[in-house]
Amino acid sequence: MKFGVINFPGSNCEHDVYHMVSKVLGEPVQFIWHQSGSLADCDAIVVPGGFAYGDYLRTGAIARFSPVMESVRKFAAGGGLVIGICNGFQILLEAGLLPGAMLKNKGLKYVCQFLHIRVESDQTPYTSSLRKGEILYIPIGHMEGNYFADSRTLQELEANGQVIFRYCTVVGEITEASNPNGSLHNIAGICNAGRNVLGMMPHPERASEPLLGSDDGIRIFESMVRSFVHS
Amino acid sequence: MKAKVFVSLKTSVLDPQGKTIHNSLRTLGYSSVQDVRQGKFFLIDLGSGLSRDAAQQEVEKMARSVLTNPVIEEFSYVLE
Repeated sequence: MKFGVINFPGSNCEHDVYHMVSKVLGEPVQFIWHQSGSLADCDAIVVPGGFAYGDYLRTGAIARFSPVMESVRKFAAGGGLVIGICNGFQILLEAGLLPGAMLKNKGLKYVCQFLHIRVESDQTPYTSSLRKGEILYIPIGHMEGNYFADSRTLQELEANGQVIFRYCTVVGEITEASNPNGSLHNIAGICNAGRNVLGMMPHPERASEPLLGSDDGIRIFESMVRSFVHS
Repeated sequence: MKAKVFVSLKTSVLDPQGKTIHNSLRTLGYSSVQDVRQGKFFLIDLGSGLSRDAAQQEVEKMARSVLTNPVIEEFSYVLE
């Protein structure tokens, strides 16, 4: 399964993702420059974290106009797997590939820490190797992770089971104290209606080997490979 | 013609920065301050080739597609 990692000016997690896919997951991977019109026949696209275009205007607001995003949009429309991590999630929101928007963290501070998220659905290619209710230990690092959507959109997300990860306590309780950024419904990750596009604020690539403090994150990518092979 | 475009979070969206500034102003004794919303300001030079109507259309299109995220933000503008 060939992974493509989009590289915008200002991306800074693309090498971590590249390392994880090539060395830990053991799958082929290549970078895709944001000016590229082609996705190089990749089977899955990762929109990595960082500060694409310096977060100018709004996070992800400029990146969504990069030429490569038109290809990503078509790829996603055809059912291709697209995962946006942190700034990648913000870009997918701005691009309209996922519903909602990000606000500044409620505490107005950049939050960088390991925390727990609960798997809310195993019915996605990203969580097929996980169990619903399972708790992952995984880090976040962001200033704008306060997920917002109008009440109708939020209702739809909940009704369709599109909320995939929620911030939780160590035992999986969804509490205000376990919410690091004020995100509505403790949302840490959502998918689109087609379930092939996922956005998440936590960084699975930063929790992909025991040396990093947790290898829970690799299971999201293992799920992708498993789903791809089965399809 | 120049456009001054003002962008702020919708009133239905919590603006923690505005709240913090509001609290600071109250702390400094500006007791008349009832609310503060923080936003962004864009000064856009449209040159001299556009009619007022065309400029309005152009600015509104830019504001909707680029300058704001309509999920969370709203805008107003003046042409000069």
